[in-house]
Amino acid sequence: MDKSINLSVNIAGVPFKNPVIAASGTFGFGEEYNELYDVGCLGGICSKGLTLHPKDGNEGIRVWETASGMMNSVGLQNPGVEYFIANDIPLMRRFGNVLIANMGGHSLEDYVTGASMLSAADIDMLELNISCPNVKSGGMAFGIKADVAHDVVKEVRAVCKKPLIVKLSPNAENILEMAKACEDAGADALSLVNTFQAMAIDIRKRKPVFNNVYAGLSGAAIKPIALRMVHSVCKQVHVPVIGIGGIYTAEDVLEFMMAGASAVQIGTVNFNDPLAGKNVLEDLSALCRREGIVDINEIKGIC
Amino acid sequence: MRYFDSKVLDNQQVAEDIFVLRVERNGAEAKAGQFYMLKSWDKELTLMRPISVFKAEKDELWFMYRLVGKGTQILSLLEKGASIKLLGPCGNGYPCEKLSGKVAVVGGGLGVPPLCETSKQLTHAGVTVDAYLGFRDVLFGVEDFEPWCDSIFVSTEKGEEGYKGFVTDLLKPEGYDCVITCGPEIMMRKVAAMCAEADVPCYCSLEHRMACGIGACLGCSIRTQNGMKRVCKDGPVFLSTDLLWNS
Repeated sequence: MDKSINLSVNIAGVPFKNPVIAASGTFGFGEEYNELYDVGCLGGICSKGLTLHPKDGNEGIRVWETASGMMNSVGLQNPGVEYFIANDIPLMRRFGNVLIANMGGHSLEDYVTGASMLSAADIDMLELNISCPNVKSGGMAFGIKADVAHDVVKEVRAVCKKPLIVKLSPNAENILEMAKACEDAGADALSLVNTFQAMAIDIRKRKPVFNNVYAGLSGAAIKPIALRMVHSVCKQVHVPVIGIGGIYTAEDVLEFMMAGASAVQIGTVNFNDPLAGKNVLEDLSALCRREGIVDINEIKGIC
Repeated sequence: MRYFDSKVLDNQQVAEDIFVLRVERNGAEAKAGQFYMLKSWDKELTLMRPISVFKAEKDELWFMYRLVGKGTQILSLLEKGASIKLLGPCGNGYPCEKLSGKVAVVGGGLGVPPLCETSKQLTHAGVTVDAYLGFRDVLFGVEDFEPWCDSIFVSTEKGEEGYKGFVTDLLKPEGYDCVITCGPEIMMRKVAAMCAEADVPCYCSLEHRMACGIGACLGCSIRTQNGMKRVCKDGPVFLSTDLLWNS
């Protein structure tokens, strides 16, 4: 990698050596991909979405390829906050990059209890998932209405001593109101977008593919919409924004940063190219050189 | 586990919608029952395709696959010399080195190919192997079992070749120290039940939709007697007594 180009960014006081972060749910706790390359080269890693108590996740088909993307309905299968703190944090710490714990919930109480436990643990940032479309009763409910989101963020803010990122759903009634409500409630940063609620039908079985009927769409198919949402949110809020949504290439990274993002998360592309994290980073350095960008922060929000 | 570039050495149709793809092995490992994630595209398709190892030759990996959708259609059009990417070996594989005596491998349809490499590795481990291979109507891969098996029993549903009916009709688990099975769930459940009755250990290899293939995305998790397990990483091979057959 080209050391003469500065790729380091800062989000809510947390320094990242580069703006490429592994997105929650696509990267486990980093262990599997670390067998293929040193995942410590990434700016940071968002853990698999945690909940206060362990969850088995959804029954039935969980992943489904679509044109230029995929749908998933994993349903937050995870070992629970306590297990994560005892077992996964020490492993993730070996990577030496920014450790972001992603946490969802089913009730306000769960969010607050889980957040205070994680806040006291050895994490760098907490990413609050108020946007999972795949968990019935809760999960996304918090991510649809701005006033509901405001309440949960405010409560979590009160107990969370670590920098707090709120991950937004593109399924929010109004993404701008949602972003402002979360900022008002004390979010230190916003990340967007999570998956779009979508549907697939198995015509032979004459039934929806997913047991939950709807599932989350990700990948290149959503990128232009995600970019628009990141752009419009960045114009409205003062806190840093992390762009997510179908980012596959170094060019995509620059697009999101030019739209105003301070960093990005890559998710679905990890399945297409297991070395995507490393490849996007290497390409990013080369691309910056070609484009005459000396410091990646200089292009932030220029569009 | 490696992600590497390889070259297609051959890609032949061996039966209606069944193909055998041979690629350069490049020193890659392949334990019986393991699989690779394959792709010959860039970003045109999102996911790689999990395909089990049919044969691991000295310098080649052989994959037998059925043309079922877009991904396998693209694979089926690959010509000699084409580039292909492999991620693997994925999964645990069969514990051939721990087995002894006499083992039956019971395959149905596209569950047959991985049992070929398994039979070879069992033979190399000093195990005597009988193969029970069930097909809908057309046979494929059967002759590849011949060097490694004492007896080969074949069935087709309407009796076009071999026994008419299901291959499980021919199996008597009590004659074996272990049974290894791969194929449609309905067949493996039957084999597992027969083995339970005869008190013979039975290993099943599951098929599942998967995204990452390496245990990160939890897209292929199943509920087992020992909690949630990832077919791609903790499997695809499970002891039948660990399975709940909840798909």
